[in-house]
Amino acid sequence: MSLTISRRKFIGRTSKALGALGMVPYFLKTNLKKAFADPIGGEMKLANYYDHFGVSETLLREVMSEALSRGGDYCDIYFQHKISNYIGLEDNAVNRAYSNVDFGVGIRVIKGDQTGYSFTEEITPSAMKLAAQTAANIADSAKQVQPVALQLHEHPNYYPIETAWERVGIDKKIPYLQKINKNIFALDQRVVKSNLWFIDQSSYILITNSEGRVVYDYQPMGLITVSVTAEQQEKREQNYFTLCGREGIEFFTPQNVDRLAKESVRRTVALFEAVKPEAGEMEVVLAAGSSGILLHEAIGHGMEADFNRKEISIYSDKINKPVAPKFVTIIDNGTNENARGSINIDDEGNDSQKTYLVEDGILRSYLHDRISAQHYDLKPTGSGRRESFRYAPMPRMRNTYMLPGPHKKEEIIQSVKKGIFAESFTNGQVFIGAGDFTFYVKSGYMIEDGKITKPIKDVNIIGNGPKVLEDIVMVADDFQMDEGGWNCGKNGQMVPVSLGLPTVKVAKITVGGVS
Amino acid sequence: MSSMNKIDLAQWVIEHTKKSGADQAAVSISKIREVEIEFRDKKLENLKESTQNSLSLDIYVQNRYSNHRTNDLRKESLVKLIDEAVAGTKYLTKDEFRSLPNAKYYPKEVDIELKIRDLTYENITATQRKDMAEAIEQSAMTQSDQIISTTSGYSDVYNEMVQVHSNGFSGKIESTVFAAGAEVTVRDGESGRPEDWYWASMRYHSDMPAADLLGKEAARRALRKIGQKKIESGKYTMLVENRSGYRLFSTLYTPMRARSLQQKNSFLENMLNKKIASEKLTLIDDPFVEKGLGSRIFDDDGLAMKKRVMIEKGILRDYYIDNYYGRKLGMEPNSGSTSNIVFEYGEKSMNELMQDMNNGILITGFIGGNSNSTTGDFSFGIVGQLIQNGKIVQPINEMNISGNAKEFWNSLVAVGNDPYPYSSWRIPCMMFEDVNFSGV
Repeated sequence: MSLTISRRKFIGRTSKALGALGMVPYFLKTNLKKAFADPIGGEMKLANYYDHFGVSETLLREVMSEALSRGGDYCDIYFQHKISNYIGLEDNAVNRAYSNVDFGVGIRVIKGDQTGYSFTEEITPSAMKLAAQTAANIADSAKQVQPVALQLHEHPNYYPIETAWERVGIDKKIPYLQKINKNIFALDQRVVKSNLWFIDQSSYILITNSEGRVVYDYQPMGLITVSVTAEQQEKREQNYFTLCGREGIEFFTPQNVDRLAKESVRRTVALFEAVKPEAGEMEVVLAAGSSGILLHEAIGHGMEADFNRKEISIYSDKINKPVAPKFVTIIDNGTNENARGSINIDDEGNDSQKTYLVEDGILRSYLHDRISAQHYDLKPTGSGRRESFRYAPMPRMRNTYMLPGPHKKEEIIQSVKKGIFAESFTNGQVFIGAGDFTFYVKSGYMIEDGKITKPIKDVNIIGNGPKVLEDIVMVADDFQMDEGGWNCGKNGQMVPVSLGLPTVKVAKITVGGVS
Repeated sequence: MSSMNKIDLAQWVIEHTKKSGADQAAVSISKIREVEIEFRDKKLENLKESTQNSLSLDIYVQNRYSNHRTNDLRKESLVKLIDEAVAGTKYLTKDEFRSLPNAKYYPKEVDIELKIRDLTYENITATQRKDMAEAIEQSAMTQSDQIISTTSGYSDVYNEMVQVHSNGFSGKIESTVFAAGAEVTVRDGESGRPEDWYWASMRYHSDMPAADLLGKEAARRALRKIGQKKIESGKYTMLVENRSGYRLFSTLYTPMRARSLQQKNSFLENMLNKKIASEKLTLIDDPFVEKGLGSRIFDDDGLAMKKRVMIEKGILRDYYIDNYYGRKLGMEPNSGSTSNIVFEYGEKSMNELMQDMNNGILITGFIGGNSNSTTGDFSFGIVGQLIQNGKIVQPINEMNISGNAKEFWNSLVAVGNDPYPYSSWRIPCMMFEDVNFSGV
């Protein structure tokens, strides 16, 4: 199936089915050329990173000279060491653990808007130079650029954590899953199965480029996801709840442990009464929080500047034009504290920032990486991201959300004659040129004559991005950032993102249902 | 590293894992070499070349299980990884169902030539790759002046994998895949820039379609979307193109898997030998299709593959049972995932089936949506063409279909004669009656 579907733009939850990875205490010390001496996580300085990847400034400059030897304009080198640990609970026992270690370096050469890319998992001078020569082949010109002396670029830290994950052994994580599982079964006798995952990741990156910048970052992530299956008479239903962020283990407070059990059970058992709405266009109210998936699909992807540079986005000719009512402001931000989509620097080494996509209803800025910024003669927006050292970066979203508006949640619901209230979601997708986008509502409610009535489940919602922005008629003051484990896919690369929304009403959108 | 060296390394890893305190272990080591090219605006836009190695280790310590993956294959790194992984595994809860498959399920001496490795792979030059991508772009761009942009591409992959289990299994796979195609975006007045794609992937380079065809098809598909709109909600006859059928088959595949059955997440539990679809549906899992993208002698668990009838004239005959969940369910393992999906194909082509439709919708693509394996509920976004009296009259988009897989597959009234050749799921076009569409 591989390539034929790789170009779709979509988003999905980190799912239990992705449990391809792992665990183990103090894992980081294992796969290094030189074992991490003491400083780990946020304690590490540039010298520690050089040591960790076994490189020096001299070697980096030699590799960059090689990369530019065919006449490239620019090159960068991206080192990454990422450790992922997964622990799973099923049938009331923590009986599986997975780990994954990714270690390597990617070398990119740019010539105009052309990219040459190669990577190696072997960080030795000869392997790196060979990869540099391969990437260099994108260019074929006598004009030579020389890399300049390196200077450390400092940046703020938007995801402080108390304890690096490498200091948290498997024995410390297991009790969380056991506690949540016990609560789940105690909360409702209809629960028959549960699946829980505790996932932590630590990614160490070091980036340098031919303009002399060198920068490093430690990117942690913590996630617990809970899936519940319940039975009532002959009927079965399943639903889930996730909490995630660039967080340490201290994120899983007693309150959050409690929420994981209660929310996952509540969302599951509500489905026993759920019906399918009637098919067709209707008013849709989006609950505060994870409904931000609307923005991710309806506008976010279309604002990624590579699509606009190629003129294949429906937003290609809309900069500085009104696209939504005045009370709509939409932001893509990499600096929200501890949010899943936050990045201190992007994967090209540029500072992360808060970018206004729509300000008071006017379309303001695309999301830029180096290549698109150069094309438009603008500064990058810190949006150049990549899945790993195996890929070249491209413009991507970070945390995408709408600012609060002038309305109240209650008045929004009361204003609906017949529609739905969409509450939890699993995935979405967009055609960036035509503007069609979808998101899948896992659970929600009907709204009839201004009141919330029966629960609904498993309906896809489909609309047109620019049309839906115009049709946003009310925005409440109750903004929430979602804490779910969203993964965004584009051209075969996945990156972690988050999203958020206040309660929002869209006048008309097509809801999948029965005729 | 050659295959022989990989087997030696795998055996060494197993020995070391056992020495560290595991009683069973399984190792697979793979090397993937990949070249990817993207062409746009008469220029090579992206060129990427890479070789990657990975090692996956399953550890069993007295019925405690963990799995570890790494791309650092140096022995000193592996020693540390194994020692810590075995130590970590001991913290887990004992699970009586965790152990390697019974050796009787492993393949015996096999003499089947799958033809999944093209020996000419080594001879393909950088110029050939670039020329192919360039020719595809050119072919698409010349189709119409309404085309805004074409991104064409070419890639090839060589994969070499060995797998060794401590209780007597050892296997090796060498395979190639070639892929090429394009994505085309066209102008549609003020209303949008519809896009579509056409990609082919094949085991043998010589089986790839000509660049000209790939470019033309991608352009034709995008151009026919011009003027697309949503139409009235209602029940329509639905004809699903072969390449989109995988989305519908997924509503049956997940519930047919052992994990879904054991975790009570399958509406197909206790449905063996019962009717779950119309008699038009006969579905075979065939691991031995020559040049098949899913062809294999053994699966991830090392289980010997067999050709199996999964659904016979609408009757469910088999599940996908892997080693672990098979033990939990008390069922014999066969294989936990699909190899090649082959249908009993119909007599008619898609065009012939279209002529039988009075008022229906031809689905040319799905967008988003999902399905619920526990209940069978599904809902997908669609794009397609409205068919009236056997003729295409209007491109449509921004609509959903919804239903429940328990009833939905009974409404299958015809399958075409056109298996999709570029996927391991060789699904033909399929026609369903009375499908719920939501639009205006």
